[in-house]
Amino acid sequence: MAEITTLHYLVVAAALFVLGVIGVLTRRNVVIVLMSIELILNAVNLNLVAFSRMWGNLHGQVFAIFITVDAAAEAAVGLGILISFFRNKETINVDEIDLLKW
Amino acid sequence: MNPGMSAGLNSAINAGMAPVGTPWFFYVLAGLAVASGVAVITRRNAVHSALALIVTLLAVAGLYLMLYAPFVAGVQIIVYAGGIMVLFLFVIMLVNIDRSSKERQFNRIWPVGLAAACALLALFVSAIAKGKALFPDRMITLPESSNTQQIATMLYGEAGKMGQYTFAFEIASLLLLVAILGAVIMTKKKI
Repeated sequence: MAEITTLHYLVVAAALFVLGVIGVLTRRNVVIVLMSIELILNAVNLNLVAFSRMWGNLHGQVFAIFITVDAAAEAAVGLGILISFFRNKETINVDEIDLLKW
Repeated sequence: MNPGMSAGLNSAINAGMAPVGTPWFFYVLAGLAVASGVAVITRRNAVHSALALIVTLLAVAGLYLMLYAPFVAGVQIIVYAGGIMVLFLFVIMLVNIDRSSKERQFNRIWPVGLAAACALLALFVSAIAKGKALFPDRMITLPESSNTQQIATMLYGEAGKMGQYTFAFEIASLLLLVAILGAVIMTKKKI
C-alpha cells in the first residue's frame, strides 16, 4: 500500500457518501439531515477532483467548484425553509413535520 | 524577496519537487475525514455535529491539496468551512431547543435506512472491486503548472477559445442571486 492511487480516494469518497446517506435516512434533527447532505456533496467533490488528477485536466476541479457554489445556495435555501417552518411549529424533528399527512 | 530567494524557489519548482510522506498524509487525512463523518451523523448535540463537519471539510481540503488542486482546496475552506458552516451554526443557535437533544436521536424507521445504506455500500464495494483493473497502478506525475490561472482561464476566458465554462459561471451567479432572494423572502415575517 505504498502508492496512493485514484482508487484510494474513491474509497474515501464512497465512505463519506454512505455516511451522508445514513445521516439523511436515520436522523430526526432536520439540521443534521442538511449537514449530511453537505457530506454527500463533499464526497462527490472528492470523487471529481480525484478523477481530475487521474486524467490530468481541470474539468473535474471546475465541476467541483460549481458543486460547492450550488451547495452554498442549497444550504441557504434549505435553512431558510427550516427557519420559516420553525416559526409555524416549534419543532425541528422530521417525524413531526407531517402537515401533508391525511 | 532578494534574488537569491527566488532563485532557490525557481530551481525547486523546475526540479519538480517530489511529494514526501504521501501515504502517511493520506491515511491521516482520510481517517480524520471518515471519523469526523461518523461523528456528524451520531452526535446528540447539533453543535457537535457542526464542529465535526468542519473537521471533515478541512480534512477533505487537505486531500484536495494532495491531489494537486490548491484552488479547490482554498474554495473549500473559504466557502464551505468558512461560510456554509457558519450559516449552519447561526441557524442551530436560532432553532436550538434543548428538548431536541434530550429526545430520541434516530427516527422510527432507522433500520430501513441503515439497510438501504448498507445496500448502497455493497454496491460501491462491488463496483470498486470489479473496476479495480481499470485504474492505472501509479499516479502520473504532472508538471508543475499554475493551477489557479488555468482554472481562471476555463471559467472566465473567451467563450469560443479557452473559456469552456464562462456561460456556466454566469448561470451560477444567477443561481446565487435566486438563492439569496429566496432565503430573504422566506424568512420575512410579512412579505
